[in-house]
Amino acid sequence: MIRKTSLIAAASALSLLSALPVAAQTIAIVGGRILSQGPAGDISSGTVLIKDGKIVAVGAKITVPADARIVDASGKTVSPGLVLPSTSLTVAEVEQIGDTMDDSAGKRMGAAFDVQYGVNPNSALIPLARISGVTRAVVTPVLGRGGSGGHKDDGADDFSGSFEDGEASLFAGQVATATLAAGVTEAVVKAKIGMALDLGESGAAYAGGSRGAAIVLMRSALEDARHYARNRAAFDMGASRPYPYSRDDLEALIPVVEGRMPLLVRVHRASDITQILKFAADQKLKLILEGAEEGWMVADAIAKAGVPVLVDGQADLPGSFETLGSTLQNAGRLNAAGVTVAVMGSRDYNNLRQGRFNAGLAVSYGLPYSAAMASVTLNPAKIWGLSDRIGSLEPGKDADVVIWTGDPLEVTTYATSVFIQGKEQPMTSRSLELAERYRPGKADYPPAYR
Amino acid sequence: MMHSPLLVRLALIATTVSLLSACVSVVSVAPSNKTDVTAKTSEAAKVAVVLPKGSDPKAGPAPFASTYRPLPSQLTALVGGHILTATGQEIDSGTVIMDGGKIVAVGKDVQAPAGAKIVDATGKWITPGIIDIHSHLGVYPSPGVESLSDGNEMTEPNTAHVWAEHSVWPQDPGFNRARAGGVTTLQILPGSANLFGGRSVTLKNVPAITTEGMKFPGAPYGLKMACGENPKRVYGHKGRSPSTRMGNVAGYRSAWIQAASYKRKWDDYRAKVAKGEKADPPERNLNLDTLSGVLAGEIRIQNHCYRADEMATMIDISREFGFKISVFHHSSEAYKIADLLAKEGICYATWADWAGFKMEAYDGIAENAAIGQKAGACVIIHSDDPIMTQHLNQEAGIAMGAGARMGLPVSRADAIAWITLNPAKGMGIDDKTGSLTPGKNADVVLWSGDPFSVYSTADTVFIDGAVVFDRKDPRYQPKSDFELGQPGEGVHP
Repeated sequence: MIRKTSLIAAASALSLLSALPVAAQTIAIVGGRILSQGPAGDISSGTVLIKDGKIVAVGAKITVPADARIVDASGKTVSPGLVLPSTSLTVAEVEQIGDTMDDSAGKRMGAAFDVQYGVNPNSALIPLARISGVTRAVVTPVLGRGGSGGHKDDGADDFSGSFEDGEASLFAGQVATATLAAGVTEAVVKAKIGMALDLGESGAAYAGGSRGAAIVLMRSALEDARHYARNRAAFDMGASRPYPYSRDDLEALIPVVEGRMPLLVRVHRASDITQILKFAADQKLKLILEGAEEGWMVADAIAKAGVPVLVDGQADLPGSFETLGSTLQNAGRLNAAGVTVAVMGSRDYNNLRQGRFNAGLAVSYGLPYSAAMASVTLNPAKIWGLSDRIGSLEPGKDADVVIWTGDPLEVTTYATSVFIQGKEQPMTSRSLELAERYRPGKADYPPAYR
Repeated sequence: MMHSPLLVRLALIATTVSLLSACVSVVSVAPSNKTDVTAKTSEAAKVAVVLPKGSDPKAGPAPFASTYRPLPSQLTALVGGHILTATGQEIDSGTVIMDGGKIVAVGKDVQAPAGAKIVDATGKWITPGIIDIHSHLGVYPSPGVESLSDGNEMTEPNTAHVWAEHSVWPQDPGFNRARAGGVTTLQILPGSANLFGGRSVTLKNVPAITTEGMKFPGAPYGLKMACGENPKRVYGHKGRSPSTRMGNVAGYRSAWIQAASYKRKWDDYRAKVAKGEKADPPERNLNLDTLSGVLAGEIRIQNHCYRADEMATMIDISREFGFKISVFHHSSEAYKIADLLAKEGICYATWADWAGFKMEAYDGIAENAAIGQKAGACVIIHSDDPIMTQHLNQEAGIAMGAGARMGLPVSRADAIAWITLNPAKGMGIDDKTGSLTPGKNADVVLWSGDPFSVYSTADTVFIDGAVVFDRKDPRYQPKSDFELGQPGEGVHP
């Protein structure tokens, strides 16, 4: 009962805090090994100084103000908060309960779908991600049903692979980024930061069955968006030529065709990557690739185009005919070619913690350690245009800071403290409360009383 | 009764051969009196019922018998490595000797015998081969196309008659990936759409052209059962039973009643034949062969079951019909009944923290394994996934980290059993493999470092003392036929 009371007290204290403006507090995290990802580099024992939610100094010899709250990190490792580069977190709860899934548009729209409106700051998965050191999520919509957490053996196999007429929209919708801070009522930090699209087998299925159709449909959609942008007035008077897409979809594509909004393309086969690179150059689009299992085969072209890649660091099976070239070396080879790489987990529940382990795994297969740390912190921030605020420990940035028991990429390491915008986060979650409730020991009353 | 002495069988055949067509087998009766073998045999032959081949579930050699033969091996000494035996020992700078496919010595003061191939294991770690008790390699292979998808016979809620080995595609590239992750033994299970999914098969993770060439000699069969959401969803959507959990339970119980009846018929029949009485043989039924094999204690229950309350219900059913559940799989809520599972001697196989993807997995927690370990339960980390199977050592590391976080640290010496000895126990092969114990099969992994580190790789993998994978030697980096001539490079870095 004591534990419960203290939790309630903590919760109410937290909600009070969140109602206030950011506390004018100075925090000094001292004595830890710092992996800054910023100009300060790696420091074997140093200080991160936080004031009013921002980082004000990082270094080995920082003078700590007298009024600062001291957080002792000696023997521990301090890093920027992890950034999930592409996830359904905050818009997905239980994959097999469709009502809890808001990561895809369904049948009524494509590009116009705006994932920001489904973001739920009270998702039970957010605390789980947060205690795993994740402080920021880039929420990217998916085509069709979201997630991939289903198990091979659960009887839910679906090889139908085709879509009914009227569902054909290659565009999955608009990307948002959300903070994972506790106690916020509005988690979206920035909406409309990208447009998601599937190519390859998935895109082809939406386009009616083949890749050629997908690319042609994509081009015509973008050309329609340009045409619509020049002819809004005519459209409103019914004097424009007809478009297969709605006004909302076309509006959403305008920043893409103007090169202001990056297009996140999920693509796997080397030849598909080549096609989209050419297409993006022709159309002057800003591109981000996700998946890219065969990216290493065309790494130089990707690097030359300056296109960053989001990689699932575990993907090494020829799971389909478009991933025959999958290898654990992918991240390392792309990085070596000069590509900016962000490492992600799979899209399902593992995503919460798998990103950092996948980055660690990539180290064993050719990705330098510093690049691996960057792949889960600074690089996703850079890729999504967020690096002015997050992604590294450097003065002026948000104080999203994690203190770890050791190397953040190591499986047996866990986070002991998490700060988001300088606020220390509660290190609890539904899963930890369950674990605590069923901690081995004798009791007279059922666990429900604990 | 299961296998008659060869001599008796020959005698029987000799006395009855003129009566028989070429395609029959014989139900033989073992002599009860060794002093009068010939007379007894002749007498038995008179009453032996001649059944067409395949009609007696226990006649003749077991079908689809293993043709596995160990690859060539030599006397080998792994010297100076950090050893986790999986029997609770952690030995710094020790030696493992393998000879004739067996482990012959493990310890700190073990000397390499003359003529042994010496492998310098300084700075490396040595563990038993990893065992994945929940795999669908081969039955859900890569590429994951419909043509090769053979894991779930989703046509009847009770398909105890299907055998996973008849779906295994030995060319699945996933076998090679798993071996590069240190996996030496796998239990391949049918899917979980059905109440009774069918028989599992235990495989040695060696490249082979046939599934028989991978079958683990002497490994008992398992029967895949499934609780909860999958059966009720799959059949409920077809508009038939089960569509609820109570429908599931009725389905299990009805099947066990049939199985008990079938078993009794065969037992009665054999008893009568043994006494020289006239008897009509029951009609063989593949489904009930498997279920009655469970009742006879020959086939082990491998039960997909997430929720604590459902696991308890399954234990009640096992008591009602007198069988034993070997392992609960997935078992996301095992931590809620860790004491019960420890007391019942039922292992549970789970992930570190793969959970939340459906309601029955909603309470899955990363502390599941550590809490069970503390309660004294037989804990297993499994994969159910062709990617995770390559990283079971790291999955165990994640579960260790979660235990440490809540003040329930698990030592490396104990955690290694989660992926070696405990699955071997759950599969009934712990007398043959699963630990570095003299006399057991030399299924061994030489790791680049601490196996619970994200940075460690399986550098050399031995099965029955033979090198089956070597990260640095292309001669020991097998590739599936499927991967030849493809843009990938196969598994190996």
